[in-house]
Amino acid sequence: MNPVLSVKGVSKHFGGLKAVDDVTFEVRRGEILGLIGPNGSGKSTLFNCILGQLPASGGKVEVDGRDVAGLRPCDLNLLGVGRTFQMLQVFPEMTVLENIILAGQEHKGTMFSRLFGKPDAGLTDEAKRMIEFFRLTHQTNEKAGSLSYGQQKLLDAAMAFMAGPKLVLLDEPAGGVNLTMLAHLKERLKAFNEERGATFVVIEHNMEFVMSLCTRIIVLANGRIIAEGEPEAVRNDPQVIEAYLGG
Amino acid sequence: MTEFIQLLISGLATGSIYALAAIGFTLLWQASQTINFAQGEFVMLPAFFVLAGMHFLGLGFGPAILLALVASLLILGLTFKRVIIDPLLPHGVLPVVIATIALGILMKESVKQFYSAEAQPFPALFSERTITVLGAVVSVQDIAVLLISLSAVGLLQFFLTGTKTGRCMQATAQNPAVAEILGVNVKRMILYTFLINAALALLASVLISPIYLAKFNNGETLGLIAFIAAIVGGFNQIRGAIAGGLLIGVIDNLAAAYVSAQYRSAIPLILLIIIILIRPQGLLGKAEGRTV
Amino acid sequence: MNARANFLAILAAVAVLAVLPSSLSTYSVYVLCSWMVFSIAAMGLNLTLGFAGQVSLAQAAFMGIGAYTTALMTMAGIPWPLAMIAAAVECFLIGLVLGYPALRVQHHFLAFVTLAFNALVFLVLRNEEWLTGGTYGVVGIPRPSVLGFSTNQQTGFYYVVFGFFLVLSAVLYGILRSPWGRAFQALRENPIRANSLGVDIRRMTLLAFAIGSAYGGIAGGLLGQLVQFIDPNSFTLTISLKVLLMVIVGGAGYFFGPYLGALLVILMPEFLRFTEGYYLMLYALLVIVLMISCPKGLLGIVDRIKLSIKLRQNPSATAWEQGK
Repeated sequence: MNPVLSVKGVSKHFGGLKAVDDVTFEVRRGEILGLIGPNGSGKSTLFNCILGQLPASGGKVEVDGRDVAGLRPCDLNLLGVGRTFQMLQVFPEMTVLENIILAGQEHKGTMFSRLFGKPDAGLTDEAKRMIEFFRLTHQTNEKAGSLSYGQQKLLDAAMAFMAGPKLVLLDEPAGGVNLTMLAHLKERLKAFNEERGATFVVIEHNMEFVMSLCTRIIVLANGRIIAEGEPEAVRNDPQVIEAYLGG
Repeated sequence: MTEFIQLLISGLATGSIYALAAIGFTLLWQASQTINFAQGEFVMLPAFFVLAGMHFLGLGFGPAILLALVASLLILGLTFKRVIIDPLLPHGVLPVVIATIALGILMKESVKQFYSAEAQPFPALFSERTITVLGAVVSVQDIAVLLISLSAVGLLQFFLTGTKTGRCMQATAQNPAVAEILGVNVKRMILYTFLINAALALLASVLISPIYLAKFNNGETLGLIAFIAAIVGGFNQIRGAIAGGLLIGVIDNLAAAYVSAQYRSAIPLILLIIIILIRPQGLLGKAEGRTV
Repeated sequence: MNARANFLAILAAVAVLAVLPSSLSTYSVYVLCSWMVFSIAAMGLNLTLGFAGQVSLAQAAFMGIGAYTTALMTMAGIPWPLAMIAAAVECFLIGLVLGYPALRVQHHFLAFVTLAFNALVFLVLRNEEWLTGGTYGVVGIPRPSVLGFSTNQQTGFYYVVFGFFLVLSAVLYGILRSPWGRAFQALRENPIRANSLGVDIRRMTLLAFAIGSAYGGIAGGLLGQLVQFIDPNSFTLTISLKVLLMVIVGGAGYFFGPYLGALLVILMPEFLRFTEGYYLMLYALLVIVLMISCPKGLLGIVDRIKLSIKLRQNPSATAWEQGK
């Protein structure tokens, strides 16, 4: 079976700077892969190359065995790749329910059925289940902008999951979230992974969060992979310690 | 051929005036993301400051221009920024678009009501003599206009690249956040941009009014042409605005002579649409990146 | 509860509009018709601007295309409903052709392309005399007859316009309630996020613009029949700006914004008539003051008042709502 995501020799150069330098890895179905590294190690650039936001200077990205070069973000999403952004990205003037329905509607029916069919694209029940799963039921009809920061983070993640993607890329999900909410978020992500077999790639600064959430970790420094393995092994890898402390 | 040279030179002359308006337009966009839909009226109005100074205050032409300069800096520079742009910018581009459209109407109607609805003769800066160059009859005025506006542009370029303040202004235009960190007084730089725009508008006004007469609705065409010049040249480049202005001036003049007079004003519009289709960043512009 | 109150208010308004002409002078009925026609044009622009977030400065050009198409077709003996449909489809297609390259590139480019387009349409209307009558325009445009009834009387035609007004309002409401409407709103609020959720933002923006343009075409068709005379000056850039003003003054992105905006822009000249030549100055001044004091338009003010009442009752409302 194909890996869900396979990154083959991807590079990204900005002038003389090699932000990402010949990176190769695979993501297996059902795993939670952590992508860590010091600031400026190329994590976000790599993410943007995978997601087609930046054209890679070299290499190939395959989702489920299919080359995704040149696909726009919306095409990639329709192929089954969900994502969240580093900065919070919800639609503040729409209700929580509307946010979630929007996240699923483009995967339902055709252009025409979306104009002439049901206003909710038949997604209300499913959306409500998703809202319940992320414990936002009381906020269902609140405007997303009026939620607390942590709740908006949950909503953001819920939106990425709504269409039932094969693969979700989470860009710093823990950033700015308080400890209680963080534990809650981690628990929900794990539950989603176990119950629905969803596959995640997580970029994160918060080591504690990554170590306890991920099943496998890749460490990036200066655009290259310097270590890869289970959390415990990576934590004790001298090269990794060097990269974090020596940098 | 001689006719062609005549048309070319007079086209370059008016084109250089368009360039002045287009540069101001570009500068405002760079410094503060202001799209000034009243730019044409900004060029129309200073001529009336001059005329008002001469006829109501009895000033000579020179002092009247000085007075107009002060009035332009105060009204089209400072007041425009403080009263209209500053409060509106945080709300996005759209309210600015609407407010400047309304401002254009206000300026136009004020001139019509308080000065005159008729086209006003405007004193020429130069004699109407002609000289013969390579067999082509060329008016002294055209050459003078061309020289003056090109030196103004040169001066501006020197100021922007050769002085500290100018470089701070450029830094502000390119990345206000970084400029701020580097200790540039961003607010003041933006104010300077508005003042420069006002001064350029005055210059353009004084140069163009002897040719086309001063009339309250001159801004309609001028504004549109300044837009087109800025976009055709490259929206984010001063060089682009100059090239765009000159190009439009020449094309417009040639079109009037060789294409139908009826569709003369369509030529710049078609040029605009073609440029947007095939080279959206403009002839000399750098791509700002796609939105999608 | 709120929804029902709104529904009843709309019903009452429709009822009032239905009986109003019988108690008004012919001229007042004419003004009302013109309000509804411009409301239709403004509704379309509101979809482009208020929902999809694109500035179009060519609504008058689309009205012009619609008006000339309907006028010339009906005068050539083609039934008026067909002519109206042709006008709408034509404007929709032109919208697609015009919008595609402009939206491919950058945000503010549609504004410039439409600006140039409006000026071009004006030139064609003025210069192609064989088709458009040039500066003399088209005279004697027939009023439609409905089920054999002529609408040459102002009141009769009022109900034709009223019918279009209601149907097109309902259609727009339907579009905005559908997933399309949700996508439109999403791409106004956060296009990048919408794109990452599978919304083809280029396609949706283009569709919003094309539908908005089709509304302009229908409004133009009705305008031609209302005035029974059209010339290039009825469709200049100034008129486009007037429609834009209606949308902004009422409140872009609010469903009822264009109705309110059109009402004000149409009625203002009637009320300010005593000011004679100073009318446009006052008008421009009012717009500037409105923009500075409330950039979200009149319905934005209503929202702000509602919020301050809510805040008084419940001081803990979030900072985000206050910041709006």
